[in-house]
Amino acid sequence: MAKRLNERMISMFTAIFGSFEAGIIYAIMALGVYLSFRILDFPDLTVDGSFVTGAAISAVMISAGVNPFLATIVALFAGFAAGCLTGLLHTFGKINNLLSGILMMIALYSINLRIMGRSNISLLNTDSAFTKISGFFERTGMDSFFNSLLSMVGLGDSLPETWGILIFMIVVTFLIKFLTDLFLQTEIGLAIRATGDNRRMIRSLSANTNLLVILGLGLSNALVAFSGSLIAQQAGSADVGMGIGMIIIGLASVIIGEALFGTKTIARTTLAVIGGSIIYRLVVSMALRIDFLEPGDMKLITAIIVIVALTTPKMIERSKEKKRKARRKAEKLTIIQASAPAKGDNHAAIKSDS
Amino acid sequence: MLQLNQIHKIFNEGTPDEKIAIDHVNLSLKPGDFVTIIGSNGAGKSTLMNIISGVLIPDIGEVHIGGNNVTNTLEFNRSKMIGRVFQDPMAGTAPSMTIEENLAMAYSRNKTRTLRRGVTKKRRDYFREVLETLHLGLENRLSAKVGLLSGGERQALSLLMATFTEPSILLLDEHTAALDPSRAELITNLTKGIVDKYKLTTLMVTHNMQQAIDLGNRLIMMDKGQIILEVDEENKQQLTIEGLLEEFKRIRGVQMANDRAILT
Repeated sequence: MAKRLNERMISMFTAIFGSFEAGIIYAIMALGVYLSFRILDFPDLTVDGSFVTGAAISAVMISAGVNPFLATIVALFAGFAAGCLTGLLHTFGKINNLLSGILMMIALYSINLRIMGRSNISLLNTDSAFTKISGFFERTGMDSFFNSLLSMVGLGDSLPETWGILIFMIVVTFLIKFLTDLFLQTEIGLAIRATGDNRRMIRSLSANTNLLVILGLGLSNALVAFSGSLIAQQAGSADVGMGIGMIIIGLASVIIGEALFGTKTIARTTLAVIGGSIIYRLVVSMALRIDFLEPGDMKLITAIIVIVALTTPKMIERSKEKKRKARRKAEKLTIIQASAPAKGDNHAAIKSDS
Repeated sequence: MLQLNQIHKIFNEGTPDEKIAIDHVNLSLKPGDFVTIIGSNGAGKSTLMNIISGVLIPDIGEVHIGGNNVTNTLEFNRSKMIGRVFQDPMAGTAPSMTIEENLAMAYSRNKTRTLRRGVTKKRRDYFREVLETLHLGLENRLSAKVGLLSGGERQALSLLMATFTEPSILLLDEHTAALDPSRAELITNLTKGIVDKYKLTTLMVTHNMQQAIDLGNRLIMMDKGQIILEVDEENKQQLTIEGLLEEFKRIRGVQMANDRAILT
């Protein structure tokens, strides 16, 4: 009995560790979605394509022997270009924002296939950014240090292969978060935020909103492609279908994060988005542990999470409002009832006086 | 400062809905002129504002600001020189951003936006200083989101944002019409003070005849896309609402078709 419990705990720990690792990488994508969806108020479906573009470009480059860090940076720029194109379609082509994203997403599907040459590239036996980093960690002895900590609390049987990826990604993701926070406080950053908030106003304050939309979408998709590149290297393969539903995963992270951690300031919100991404991975991995659910159900689970996250806050708000109104009504009733007999008395008194 | 030459604008040209919005209008403002524009609905006042600010491009005619022909200059470029306050108090500010961030965006109006911080300590002190001139206590709420302010406060902030960079032209498009009377009076007084202080060349559209008479040194009356009456500095001081209505009847031969203008 105790042994089985222990086994369960161990596999749970492995799942949680995996969720954190994936969540912190996907968080960069979620930050990109936050930029387009919340800051620019632009539901940008390019994400489904640009995520794969990032993965495809770095996979091709890495298997050709290019330095994986360089390949990741190239992926970032490719994402930037894709986002700018969506922006151009919307601003100069005057195409509706959803449609310009969808058009770009479809176009990118073919482009990604062209880049890869086939529908799947494996990176298992090549040097990626992460194999380099975990190698570095092994040499410093940090892995064995963390693992000995784990063994001490009785989780010695489920030691993760490397801590390098997690720690490296925490540093990278938070660096990106801080850069995003700083950028959104600059003069250009303020203008981008205002473009999403009140476009007419910022245009009357001499800002070229077309350029700002293009820049904002470029940056957003740069982050998405960067994240895609890192996911391909972590998972050890790039697949042309790996981006399907990515926008919804990004949205789920943003919405869950905002609901749980608040949106008081920009810095708080970007932190919330990272948290949302990790929690989303945790929820999915927990859901997949339920026996009758299969990995193929993941998209359905994602859709349900987003639907729940979008509808419940409103429903909670409504029921609170209802309760508040009912309470007020009750209070008013008691006041009226309390004053009613008094009024009656006055009336009688006046009558008797006359 | 502002020169409109033979401006002509037709909406829906070639369709049954064709409408001449601006009919060969000429107007010239000297530096420091404060011109109020009155006229019934559909007279072309707002269209004129949109042509000056670059939202609309005239079919015929030229717009000159400060000696430069800006007829085909895009709105965002032109707005380096033009401050604008809209009728809707929500239109002139970004609700999810703070007061100081809004001011920072207005501060960058006549400069190139860079990757420098929008709100620096030095700028914050300056923002506090200009906000004090509104006497609304906003200087103590620099980091409050603008969406939390009342309509009057937001319009006062819009007015400040439109003016504190001292634009060549200030356009006020019925900017007190959506406020309650006491708030409207506050904004009117602030407008008067700010225009005097910076000596701004101003064009103000209003439905309120009394306001049009009280404010500014010149008055024009528009009807059906034309300027039908221009009152210069000397004659403006003797103006009354009755006088204006009579004048309209004399020129057009009909009563002024605007209940709102008569009542207010």
